[in-house]
Amino acid sequence: MIKAILLAALVLGGMGVLFGIILGIASKVFHVDKDERVGMILQVLPCANCGGCGYAGCSAYAEAVVKGTASPSGCIVGGETCVSKVADIMGVQATTKEKKVARVKCGGNCFEAPAKYEYIGVQSCVSAARIAGGPKNCEYGCFGLGSCAKVCPADAISMSNGIAYVIESKCVACGLCVSTCPRRIIELVPASKEYTVVCNSKAKGAKVTKVCDVGCIGCKMCEKACPNGAITVEDNRAKIDYTKCTNCGLCSEKCPRKIIKKF
Amino acid sequence: MMGNLFVIAITAILMENFVLSKFLGICPFLGVSKKLKTALGMGAAVTFVIVLSAIVTWCVQRFLLVPLKLEYLQTIAFILIIASLVQFVEMALMKLVPPLYESLGIYLPLITTNCAVLGSAILIQDNNYTFIEGVVYAFASSIGFMLAMVMFAGVRERLEDSDIPEFLKGFPITLISASLLSLAFFGFQGLKF
Repeated sequence: MIKAILLAALVLGGMGVLFGIILGIASKVFHVDKDERVGMILQVLPCANCGGCGYAGCSAYAEAVVKGTASPSGCIVGGETCVSKVADIMGVQATTKEKKVARVKCGGNCFEAPAKYEYIGVQSCVSAARIAGGPKNCEYGCFGLGSCAKVCPADAISMSNGIAYVIESKCVACGLCVSTCPRRIIELVPASKEYTVVCNSKAKGAKVTKVCDVGCIGCKMCEKACPNGAITVEDNRAKIDYTKCTNCGLCSEKCPRKIIKKF
Repeated sequence: MMGNLFVIAITAILMENFVLSKFLGICPFLGVSKKLKTALGMGAAVTFVIVLSAIVTWCVQRFLLVPLKLEYLQTIAFILIIASLVQFVEMALMKLVPPLYESLGIYLPLITTNCAVLGSAILIQDNNYTFIEGVVYAFASSIGFMLAMVMFAGVRERLEDSDIPEFLKGFPITLISASLLSLAFFGFQGLKF
C-alpha cells in the first residue's frame, strides 16, 4: 500500500522535477533578448489596439518605437500624457500632437433628407453604396447604416434618425471611421475647434434644396462673415480652414440653413 | 496497414470530429473562430501540439506508466506532459523559428490546458493504437479540428453581415450555428468501414 503511494509520488514527482529542469535549461538556452523598453512603452500606451498609428497593435507600435522606425508621438489616442511618457522612456524630446476628434459632415437625418428607396439588404454602408448610388436622395449624405459605429473601437459613434453622431468625449481619433465611410463624410478635426460645417454636398444650391432641408447651398454668407478668412466655399460647399479659425462663431450665426454647428 | 491508417484518419476527421461530434475543444472553437486567419493559426498550433504530445504521451504511457502499473496516473501525468511541452515548444519557437512563433505564438498558451489535446492523448490509449496509428490519429483529429474551425470561421464571417434579431446577437446565434454545423456532421455517421 505505502509502496504503491510512494511509487506514484516518485514517478509523478520525478516527471515534474525532470520537466522543471528541462524547462529551466530551455529558458536559458532559448533566451531571447528583448528590449525592456518595449514592455515599458506598452505599459503607458492605451492598449486599445485600434491601429490608428498604422501598426498592427500597441505592442507592434511599441516595438517600432524602440527600433526607431516609429515616432514616439505616433499614438493619437493616448494624447499628450502618453506621448510625453513614451518620449521619456526613449529619452527624446516630445513633440505633442494636437488632440483631434472625428466629426460627421452630414446633418440630413431621415426627416430632413428623405430616402430614395427602402434599403433592406446587408446592413453595411459599403454594400448600400453599390445599389443605385445608395439609398439617399442626396448623393453625398450619410446612409445611417452604421458601418462607422461598427468599426469604432471606442464605441464613440451612435446612430440616430438615420445619421451618425460622434460622442466626442469617447472619440479617440484613430481614424477608422474616416476610412470606413464609403461617402467620406467623417473628418478628423482639432478638438479645440468648435465649429464644423455639417454638410458635404458638392451639388449646386438648387439641387441641394430639392433633396435636403439642411444642405449647404454655397451662398457664401459664411465666407463674407468670417473676419479671418478661415471659411471658403469650394465645390458648392463651405469649408473651414482650422489653422485660421478662431471659434468666433460668426459664420454659424450668418448661415441661412443653420448648418455650421457648434460642437 | 495503409488501409487501416486511412480508416483511422477518415474516422477522426469526419465521423468522430473532435469539435462537432466529440465536443472537445469547444473553447477555442468559439473563442478564436471570428476570423478565418486566426482560425487557421489556431488550427495549425493545435495540430502541432497534438501531434507532439501524442508522441510523448504514447512513449510515457508504454515505457513508464504501464510497466510500473501506474495507469491510473494517466490523466494527471498527461496534463503535466502537455503543459510542459507547450511551454518548451513556445520557448524553442521563439528562439529558433521566430516567424512561426509570430504566427502561432499567441495561441500556444491557450492550448496548454486544451481538452482536445488531452482528449486525443487519452483516446489513443483507450483505442490501444500502435505508435504509428497514434500519430496518424493525432494528426487526423487535429486536421478535423482545423476543418471545423475554418468552416465555422466562414459561417461567422457571414453572420457579421447578416441582419440578426437583437436577442440572438452574439453568442446565441453563434451557438445555434455551431449546433447546426454539428448536426450536418452527424450525416457522416453513415460512413461505416
